Amino acid sequence: MSALSTGATVTAGAGAKANMDDDLLRRYSRHIMLEEIGEDGQERIRRARVLIVGAGGLASPIALYLAAAGIGEITVCDDDEVDLTNLQRQILYGEGDIGKAKTAAAAAAMRRVNPNVEVRAVGERLGEENAATLIGAADIVADASDNYPTRHLVNRIARKAGKPLVFGAAMAMEGQMTVFDGRRAESPCYHCLFSESDYAEETRCALMGVFAPLVGIVGAMQAAATLRIAATPDAPTLAGRLLLLDARDMRVREVRLNKDAECPVCN
Amino acid sequence: MKIRLLYFARLREQLGAEGETLSLSPATVGDAVTVADVLTALRARGGIWAETLAEDRALAFAVGQTFADKNATVNEGEEVAIFPPVTGG
Ligand SMILES: [Zn+2]
Repeated sequence: MSALSTGATVTAGAGAKANMDDDLLRRYSRHIMLEEIGEDGQERIRRARVLIVGAGGLASPIALYLAAAGIGEITVCDDDEVDLTNLQRQILYGEGDIGKAKTAAAAAAMRRVNPNVEVRAVGERLGEENAATLIGAADIVADASDNYPTRHLVNRIARKAGKPLVFGAAMAMEGQMTVFDGRRAESPCYHCLFSESDYAEETRCALMGVFAPLVGIVGAMQAAATLRIAATPDAPTLAGRLLLLDARDMRVREVRLNKDAECPVCN
Repeated sequence: MKIRLLYFARLREQLGAEGETLSLSPATVGDAVTVADVLTALRARGGIWAETLAEDRALAFAVGQTFADKNATVNEGEEVAIFPPVTGG
């Protein structure tokens, strides 16, 4: 821990040069103390670029934790505006944000938490025209979107770009979470699980409702998986295991996923 | 033969159950049952069952907590989970 009191340039292990100043070393000290992160891991977190697709309930804890933990560059992509009905669970926003673009309000919230983080607000819906550019510019993609076509688009482009995709979804009282690891050929993808051509009944929060802390739980798990990949890129991930979370009794079921040998996306 | 079924997410609301024990008569299913056979038996109930579990619906299955396709074998006493995509965020 002597590194915490030394000057601006600290020699980290394995010959890597860290360049966190004293304030940053103090800010991130509780992560640096962890054996699983350390100064090297925190430095990798500081250099990581993350794209968050969507700026709603899942994106709220993802954005806040990633900003607080010092992810280098965070891009949030969404074309929605803050509505009164969002405030029950979308903890990025407050009363004064109603009517504002979600991404602008999200960027302001992240900068308030940590001005050291580079934040990019993309006030567009993720679509065929911007997906490759946005995903290509990220090291890790967190899917916090709210519909079936977007989830398939994110999966397809992230897989093509070889990026790890941290997947989370929540509705009513239940959530689903996993990592589709585009860096690894043997990792299954979203299309292996659910076919794009099948009919998915789109159940909206406006119709089904959603339990406020459920998006917090799933989103925080996505933040954790994202930070783990950023800090220790070679560590095992959730890839290949789908978590089915029930917020009624906090039961988490784990389903082992297999790659579909005929999947057109990941083969 | 008896198998344990579990329903997740909106299936629970629509089918009005978290799960059930399904008894299939060997006379109709023989001694090797697949996920597809289970679905056929459930759809035969008609109404919401036929609609919610229709062929073109995005659904995933796990047999004994491992992801399985419709051709996967289900053995006596095994657990079959049926879950739709949750898409909300
Ligand atoms: Zn696939």
